Amino acid sequence: MSLTTEDITSRVTEKFNDKIESAEMVADMLTIVVKKDAILDVITFLKNDPTLNFHYLTTCCGIHYPDSEKRFAMMYQLHNMPENVRIRLKSFTNEEEPVYPSLTGLWGSANWMERETYDFFGFRFTGHPDLRRILNVDDMVGWPLRKEYPLEDQARYDKDDKMFGR
Amino acid sequence: MVQLADKPEGFEGPGFMATRLDKLVGLARKNSIWPLPFATSCCGIEFMATMASTYDLARFGSERLSFSPRQADLLMVMGTIAKKMGPVLRQVYEQMAEPKWVIAVGACASTGGIFDTYSVLQGIDRIIPVDVYVPGCPPRPEQILDGVMQIQNLVHNESLRRRNSPEYKELLASYGIE
Repeated sequence: MSLTTEDITSRVTEKFNDKIESAEMVADMLTIVVKKDAILDVITFLKNDPTLNFHYLTTCCGIHYPDSEKRFAMMYQLHNMPENVRIRLKSFTNEEEPVYPSLTGLWGSANWMERETYDFFGFRFTGHPDLRRILNVDDMVGWPLRKEYPLEDQARYDKDDKMFGR
Repeated sequence: MVQLADKPEGFEGPGFMATRLDKLVGLARKNSIWPLPFATSCCGIEFMATMASTYDLARFGSERLSFSPRQADLLMVMGTIAKKMGPVLRQVYEQMAEPKWVIAVGACASTGGIFDTYSVLQGIDRIIPVDVYVPGCPPRPEQILDGVMQIQNLVHNESLRRRNSPEYKELLASYGIE
C-alpha cells in the first residue's frame, strides 16, 4: 500500500525517461529535476496517475542561483495526502525572463503562487488568467528577490542618508 | 482634582473678560483633540497603553478616538507603513477636515526605521505633511504623551488664518494635495 521513493522514481522515469535530469533524496525529500519543456506533462502525470496521486499542490516558487550555470529555477512541492508523501520538483532555466507553463489549469491555488513568483522573480506563466503583481505596489520596477542587487543600493532616492550616518 | 485649563491673557473687569478670539478657539481646540489612530504595528500597542488607565490620554481631552477621518482632528500614524499602504494613508489624510494635524509615532512612521527595504515607505512625510515626530522603537507611552502635548501646543498657538495662508497651500501643493 505504501508509496515508496523507489515506486515514484521508477514510475516517473519509466514514462519520462529522457526528460528527468535527476531524482534523489535531498534533505529527506525526494527531489526530481525535470527538463523545463516537460514540467507541465510531468506534473499532470503525477497528479492524475492513480498510483502516484499527488493531488495537492503544497507550494511553488521561483529560485535564483546567481552563480550557477542555469541561474533560475522553478520549484514545486506536491503532496499525496492518503499516503502522506511529499515530493519536490525543480526545473532549471537560463533565460533572462523565464517562461513556465501555468499550473492554474490543474490547481486554482496556483494562481496566487504564480503571481507571487512573477512579482518577486519576474517569471512569466503561459496560460495564467491574471498575471500581475500581488504583494508589491503595481508601479514597482524590478524583481526584488533576484539576487542581483547590492545589499546597500547607493542609488536609493527614498532613503535620507544624512539621518543614518552613511 | 481636576486641573482646569489656564485662562488666556486678556482684559478683565468685574463680571467680564475680553480676549482675542483665536486664543479662545485655540484653548477650546487644544483640550478636545479627537485623534484618529492609524496603528499598524508595535507602536500601536504602546498607544493602547497610552489610552488605558495608567497613562490615560483622557487627561488631555483626547479620550474620544474618532475612527472616521471626517470627524478627526489629529492623525496618529503608529507603525510601519508599507509602500502599498501609502495611498490608503494619504486617502485617510485627505478625508480629514481642516484644521488637521499629523503625528508620526516611532522610527518606522518617521523614517522607515529598521525596514530599510524596497517595500517600506521611508517615512510618512514622503506622502503627507507631519507636524510632530516621536522617536523610539517603539516609544514609551510617556513619549507618545509628550508628542500629543507638542501637538496641543501647536493647536493652542496656531493662527486662525494659517490654513488659508499661501505658505500652507504651498505645503499641501508640494505633496500634491488639493
